[in-house]
Amino acid sequence: MTENNNPYLPDLATVVKVIEETPNIKSYQVIFNDPDRMKSFSYEPGQVGQLSVFGVGESTFVINSPPTRMDYLQFSVMKVGEVTSVIHELHEGDQIGIRAPLGNWFPYEEMKGKKILFIGGGIGLAPLRTLILFMLDNRADYGDITVLYGSRTPPDLCYKDDLQEWASRTDVELVLTVDTEYPGWDKRTGFVPTVLNEIAPSPEGAIAITCGPPIMIKFVLQNLAKLNFKDENIITTLEARMKCGIGICGRCNIGSKYICKDGPVFSLAQLKEYQAEI
Amino acid sequence: MADTGFVQKEKLKDFLNELSKGAVVYAPCLEGDTVIFKPFDAAATLCLDRPANNPPKLAMLPQSETLFSFKYKKDPEDSRKMSVELEANTDFPEAVIFGTRPCDAKGFRIYDRVYIDTNTPDPYYKGRREKTMIASLCCASPSPGCFCVAVGGSPAYREDSDVLITGLEKGYFIEPVTEKGKAILSVPQVEDGSQYVEEAHKKQSESHALVNNPFAGDGQHEISRALFDLDEFWERVVSKCLSCGACTYLCPTCYCFNITDEQSLDNGERIRSWDGCMFPHFTLEGSGHNPRPTKFKRFKNRVGHKFIYYPEKYNGVIACCGCGRCIRHCPVSVDISEIISYLRGSQFELTNESSENTGVDTNSREQK
Repeated sequence: MTENNNPYLPDLATVVKVIEETPNIKSYQVIFNDPDRMKSFSYEPGQVGQLSVFGVGESTFVINSPPTRMDYLQFSVMKVGEVTSVIHELHEGDQIGIRAPLGNWFPYEEMKGKKILFIGGGIGLAPLRTLILFMLDNRADYGDITVLYGSRTPPDLCYKDDLQEWASRTDVELVLTVDTEYPGWDKRTGFVPTVLNEIAPSPEGAIAITCGPPIMIKFVLQNLAKLNFKDENIITTLEARMKCGIGICGRCNIGSKYICKDGPVFSLAQLKEYQAEI
Repeated sequence: MADTGFVQKEKLKDFLNELSKGAVVYAPCLEGDTVIFKPFDAAATLCLDRPANNPPKLAMLPQSETLFSFKYKKDPEDSRKMSVELEANTDFPEAVIFGTRPCDAKGFRIYDRVYIDTNTPDPYYKGRREKTMIASLCCASPSPGCFCVAVGGSPAYREDSDVLITGLEKGYFIEPVTEKGKAILSVPQVEDGSQYVEEAHKKQSESHALVNNPFAGDGQHEISRALFDLDEFWERVVSKCLSCGACTYLCPTCYCFNITDEQSLDNGERIRSWDGCMFPHFTLEGSGHNPRPTKFKRFKNRVGHKFIYYPEKYNGVIACCGCGRCIRHCPVSVDISEIISYLRGSQFELTNESSENTGVDTNSREQK
C-alpha cells in the first residue's frame, strides 16, 4: 500500500521491538509494512501519529524517535485506558495501523544558536526526546542544552539508556529528580518546578521547552515567568482526547485552534492569545 | 429549455418517484406526527408544510457509517503470525435532498469549509457532497424559534442550494441556482415555469418579513468577549441544561463525531458516529483529566464554536443557520438566540434577575 488520500485509513505496520520503560510505560518500535512507505515517510520533531489496534481503536502518540534516525518509528505508551491497555499486550511481529505524521512541530529552525532548556516530567519526556535526539544529531546548530527531567520514583524514569548516555556526554547538562527520597537514589529529590527554581537557568538567549502532567506544566510555566523567560520563548506540547487527528471531529479545540492540527506544539504566547486555560 | 420550471401539486409524488429512479431522494416524510428526513419511497407520506424535526445532514453525514472494514488473516505457514487487510469504500450513489429549508442548506456550506476546504479533505463527506443535489423549499411559514434572518439567511435564501423551490397555490415553482441544479428541469413532470415567476418572487419576499429576529442581527458577529468569558454568565444562562445533547444531534451545523471499532471474530469495522460537545465524555481523557468538565464550559464551547471560533477561522461566517431546532426541541427550553442576544446586547445584568434591563423578552423563559 502506498500513500493514500483517505486520511482515516491507516498504513499497516509491524511492531519490531517492545521496550519496557517503566512499570506502566512501554515503547514500541514499528516499521511500515510497505518498504516504499518507510523510505518516503518524512516528519518533523514533535509531530504525532494515531496508532491503531484494529478492533479496539486508535490513540494519539508523539513519534519520539527523531527523523534523523529513520530505521523505525518509536512511540511510547502509558497504560491508562482501553486502547493503551491493548497496546500493552502487543508483541514483536504484531500488526498495527499508523496514521502519521499529524500536527505541527517544534520550531527548531528558530532555536538555532540558542541555549535550549528541556523540562520534562514522566512520559512528558517523549516529545522532548525527539527534539533532544534531533538536536544532538545536529549538535553544532545549538548552544548549551540542559535537560531537567523528573518522575515520581526512579523506576518511573523513561528512556533510561538515553539518560545514561546524556549523563555521560559533556555537551548536555542532565538534571534528574524524583519526587521523594528513594533507596539507592543519590540525585536530586523534589518536584520538577521546584528543581527548576533551584537550578535557576538564565533566560538570556534561551528557549524553554516543557512537557509533562498538566499540574507540572502549570507550575513550570509560573516558575519560568519568575525566572524572566518571555512567553514567546516558552514552548510546550499539549495533548487532548483526539479522534480524527485532522481538525474535524471537534474534541481537542482551544477556541478556534485544534491541538491535533494547529498543535500540539504551542508557545506560551500563543496559548495566552487563544485564552487557553493552563 | 426554460430556465425555471413548475410541478403541479398533483404531480409532485410522480415527480419524486421519477427522481428516485436515478438517485436516493431524501425528503421530509411523516412518521406519526413527526416530520423526518429519510429516503423517499412510494409508501412515504411527504410533509412539506413545516420544517422537518431533524435536519437532512444524515444524507451527507450518516448518524453512523463505516470508514473501513478490516480482516485479520492467519499466516498458513506460521500460526502465530497474523496479517491485516483494510478496505474502504468512498464511492457513493447520486442523491437529492428535496424539500429542505434554505437554513439547512446553509448548514452544508458550513460543513464544506471544515470537511472539504482543507489539506486533508474527508473522502466520505466529499464523496457524498459531490453527488448530492440540494433542492430547498422556500419557507412559507417559519416555525417558533426560527431566526435565520438574524444570522444572514432568509426563508428564500438561495446561495447554498442547487435549486430553490417555492410552493404556490397550484404547485411548486422551481428555480435552478447552480449548474448541478439545472438537471432537475429535465424531469418529465417539470413544465415551463415562466408564467409563475412573479407569483413566486412575491411569495419569497413576503416570507422574509415573517421571520423573528431576536437579536436584530445583520449576520455580523459582535459578541461581548468579556461577558462570554465570564463563568457566572454561563452558570446563569444554562443552569437548567441537562447535557442531553439533543441540540447537537438536531443541529444542521453540528458535525462532531466519534470513531470506534467493532469486531466479531476476525472481521470488523471502524465506524464513525455522530457525537456531541454537550456530553461529558466527549473530551474526557484516558488519565481522567477533562478540559471541559462542566456543562457550563461545554455550552460555552458550543456557543463559542458557532459564534466566535468558526467565524474567526472562516472570514466571519457564523456557524449557526437559525433553524431554531435546538430551541424547539430542548427539553428545558434553553434558547441559544436569547443567549446570543445577551452576548450582543451587553445589557445582561448578572446581579439583577429581572428581565427589564436585558432588552429581551424573557417573560416566558426561566432564568434559574
